[in-house]
Amino acid sequence: MLRACFPAGPCRSPFAPRRAGGYTAARDSLPPAPVLTALALCLGFLVLLAAAAVPLGRHPRAGLLVHGGCLIAALGFAGIALAALLVGAAPEGLLLPFGPPWAAARIGLDGLSAWFLLLLGLTGAAASLFALGHPPGPPRTLPPFPLFLAGMALTLAATDAFLLLGGFELMSLASWALVAADHEKEENRKAARLYLIFALLAAACLVPAFGLLAGRAGAITFDAMRAAPPEGWRAAAVLVLGLVGAGAKAGLVPLHAWLPLAHPAAPSHVSALMSGAMTKIALYVLARLLLDLCGAAQPSWWGVPLLVAGAFSALLGALRANLEEDAKTLLACSTIENVGLVVLGLGLALAFRGADLGPLAALAAGAALLHALNHGVFKTLLFLVAGAVAHSAGSRRLDRLGGLIHAMPVTAGAALVGAAAAASLPPLSGFASEWLLLQSLLAGWRVGGIGVQVLAAAAAALAAMAAALAAAAMVRLFGLVFLGRPRSPRGAGAREVSAAERAALLLPAGLTVLFGLFPATLLSLAAPALQVLTGPAAQAPARGLWLVAGEAPSGYAPLFIALLLVLALALAWFLVRRRSPATTQRGPVWNCGFIDPPTHLPFGDPLTQPTAGGIAQPLRRMLGQPLLRARESLDMPRPGETRPARYAAGFEDPAGPLLLAPAARLRDRIAVQAEKLRDLTIRRCLSLSFATLVGLLALLAWLESR
Amino acid sequence: MEGLGALLTQLLHIALMLAAAPLVVGVTRWLKARMMGRRGASPLQPLRDLDKLLRKRPVLAENASIVSEAAPYAGFAACLLAIALVPSFARGMAFAPLSDLILLAGLLAVARIALALAGMDVGTAFGGLGAAREMSFSAFAEPALLLCVLTFAILAGTTNLDLITATFREGALGLRVSLALAGVAMLAIAVAENARIPVDNPATHLELTMVHEAMLLEASGRHLALWEYQSALRLTLWLALIAAIFVPFGAAPAGSGPIAWTLGLVAWALKMGALCLALAVFESAIAKMRVFRVPEFLGAALLLALLAAALLFVSTGLA
Repeated sequence: MLRACFPAGPCRSPFAPRRAGGYTAARDSLPPAPVLTALALCLGFLVLLAAAAVPLGRHPRAGLLVHGGCLIAALGFAGIALAALLVGAAPEGLLLPFGPPWAAARIGLDGLSAWFLLLLGLTGAAASLFALGHPPGPPRTLPPFPLFLAGMALTLAATDAFLLLGGFELMSLASWALVAADHEKEENRKAARLYLIFALLAAACLVPAFGLLAGRAGAITFDAMRAAPPEGWRAAAVLVLGLVGAGAKAGLVPLHAWLPLAHPAAPSHVSALMSGAMTKIALYVLARLLLDLCGAAQPSWWGVPLLVAGAFSALLGALRANLEEDAKTLLACSTIENVGLVVLGLGLALAFRGADLGPLAALAAGAALLHALNHGVFKTLLFLVAGAVAHSAGSRRLDRLGGLIHAMPVTAGAALVGAAAAASLPPLSGFASEWLLLQSLLAGWRVGGIGVQVLAAAAAALAAMAAALAAAAMVRLFGLVFLGRPRSPRGAGAREVSAAERAALLLPAGLTVLFGLFPATLLSLAAPALQVLTGPAAQAPARGLWLVAGEAPSGYAPLFIALLLVLALALAWFLVRRRSPATTQRGPVWNCGFIDPPTHLPFGDPLTQPTAGGIAQPLRRMLGQPLLRARESLDMPRPGETRPARYAAGFEDPAGPLLLAPAARLRDRIAVQAEKLRDLTIRRCLSLSFATLVGLLALLAWLESR
Repeated sequence: MEGLGALLTQLLHIALMLAAAPLVVGVTRWLKARMMGRRGASPLQPLRDLDKLLRKRPVLAENASIVSEAAPYAGFAACLLAIALVPSFARGMAFAPLSDLILLAGLLAVARIALALAGMDVGTAFGGLGAAREMSFSAFAEPALLLCVLTFAILAGTTNLDLITATFREGALGLRVSLALAGVAMLAIAVAENARIPVDNPATHLELTMVHEAMLLEASGRHLALWEYQSALRLTLWLALIAAIFVPFGAAPAGSGPIAWTLGLVAWALKMGALCLALAVFESAIAKMRVFRVPEFLGAALLLALLAAALLFVSTGLA
């Protein structure tokens, strides 16, 4: 039996006293414990689904059952999160009837976790709906999918370190199983192996980070950790371990090497969840650890490592997105960029909070939260689009697609919305959060100290460059996949996807538009989360329908901008068509007078169409050569030779030679040393065991004496 | 009265911009021709060209999608809204609270992406080439622009264009080195964003060097007219933006009545004329640079803008 524990009498949300008085009456009438009970039921339901999927695996309807169940659970999560944000959940949490013997497992929701649960619910619903309409994959993908969702939800619902880490590892393992699902391919096996190594690294850093926070008393509940914030070297160690641990899972530079390999390897609806939701769960852990559990008294410089890592992630991810030639890899690189932008916001919030600039901290934290949600939704949409295209046109390679807007108009429309949001165009959702982020970066100089000021200015420039690069990447993606002519016979035979898949695309597309038009309403909803991050006095940087930065009577009002744009569009159309009523005429393409292609080339001469490598060329030369060691080689036949000319281009991510290769060398060296242990004589073996025993006893004695 | 004046000036401003944009292009071309020793076409020629194009029937390629038909309107609407936010003869217009510099950059990005997608729609080599180059240049222009905005935001405390011009007009800031550096950077960005020499040649149709024109090769009739019109609007926007920020004098308050408005209009015309002349002189004196030299040009602008901000940090730190 589940036992709700809340005091007798009307339960008041922790946020209620800080809000306007008008709401409180309505809140008191709703007992908040049902919210947590529903959350526990959803979690249990997902675990049951996973268990049921094992025997049912090969049944033709198993996919329907599992993904339908996941859809219901995800919608439940979204509803629970909304209820928790609007009404508040029981602050005491809900005791679960199982858990480790030394500490009861207790789930709860505060503003921050509810905000991320909303993101999980929305992206999970879209991904599950897409999987419902998609032809079923191998049966082995069915059991891990509900577990993946459950692991993410458990991470969010945890109120102590043990449960949080358990959920985090469940999420990592389940997603590893999904990445490895298509393990016949060599590259997928490699990706899964690398993914597992980085997941282990994340765990190896997060466990000691929470251990340091728990202190010697072993107080693993969040309340106890908040009561005793770390100081001195312990605080610095938590910062480093938390940043590495959560950063490795979120794909923060320089720990991003696994992400462009692992995200595309999974089935598309799983890639969507990994990019849209899982990286955000890692960011939630980062925010929870550094901004909440470490206390509000941490100094301003805590933001600096986050600023640096975030700015470089944004730049590197956006640049790589311009060079990749696989649609899903491109989207995965764009995820690195957006994770960087969110971490920039969190770092700024830390810096502002340390400098006692409360409103600015709320602005930066609001930018981070809003961008996390917006990115989660539009990236889910784009990955689902990539899945629809891969299924319908038979390839994910940009060089084998093209002209799909004619065959797949609904998919193309949804993709345009997602790409425009990812390119941060007003009035869509990406621009709203980008606007807030740039505003907080422009205020970064107020932290003080010329070092931080120049750093903030440089971060602002890098964020703007990342935004422009993301726009270039999205134009390249949409232009190569949906515009132009088909580039392969398989692509020419593409058909529009099924109704369920179209619905799964239109749901996040609609949300992207909606979030873009009403970001201020959304931020007011996020006020409880902001209060967790930046102190109880935090106000959302929103006024009515306006996003505002500072006191000036100005800001960004996307609804008005959208209305004015529509008005301008209607006016332009009306005036132009009055003067120019003639209908359009169709004719052969002009193309500067290129002659018509021969009849054996059904889509025209492929050599006259831009390729993925060709579109990438200017940025590869301008930025790729200095930053990514991009190279081009041209092999021209001599006059008279009949062989074709060959052009090859490539680049190398600096994480490879600078991080992965030394790590592999270190592993080999340690392995060689460890191998020597095998050849020890029995006398040496015994003395080694004895020495270990003595050493451990000495350690124990030392620990006891302190 | 105040609100009515704000609304009226806003509508008049939009009408003025629509009328002035082709003239700005025409005057610049005429001045350039005179400097090169030619008689040059009348400054009204762009208007006549637009009218001629509007009367022609547009021809679309057989595989053109709805993007080719919708993108000209989308880009034009974004440019029109953007230019409606930049003050000309009056200040405190109805859209003044909306006139945010980051939003302005966003609206220009909408127009740029509409053009790039239209260029890629038919799948021709030149369209893709132009789109790739245009998007790559913006990766250098946008950070430079944002750093200029940073300088203005530090001085004025906001990114709202109307409030920035109000602060600068009051003159309490005096002459600042930072503003001069940011001004040079803004000029360089304006040149790049408008595809002028030395970044791109607006008069050329030599395929290998084209950036902006390469994306328009398949456009015809009213679609081409809309593209031409919005590139004229964009040039006017950038000149008006530079005039509004760096020479913020002479603009009439919105509620002040027709006489003050007329004076404001004269002042604005003088400023714009001077900027057109400067642009013509600059374009006549300099040669177009190679495509892969453009990052150096824009990188210099980026550095100048960063220097402007850093100088402000130093000076505020000392004060």
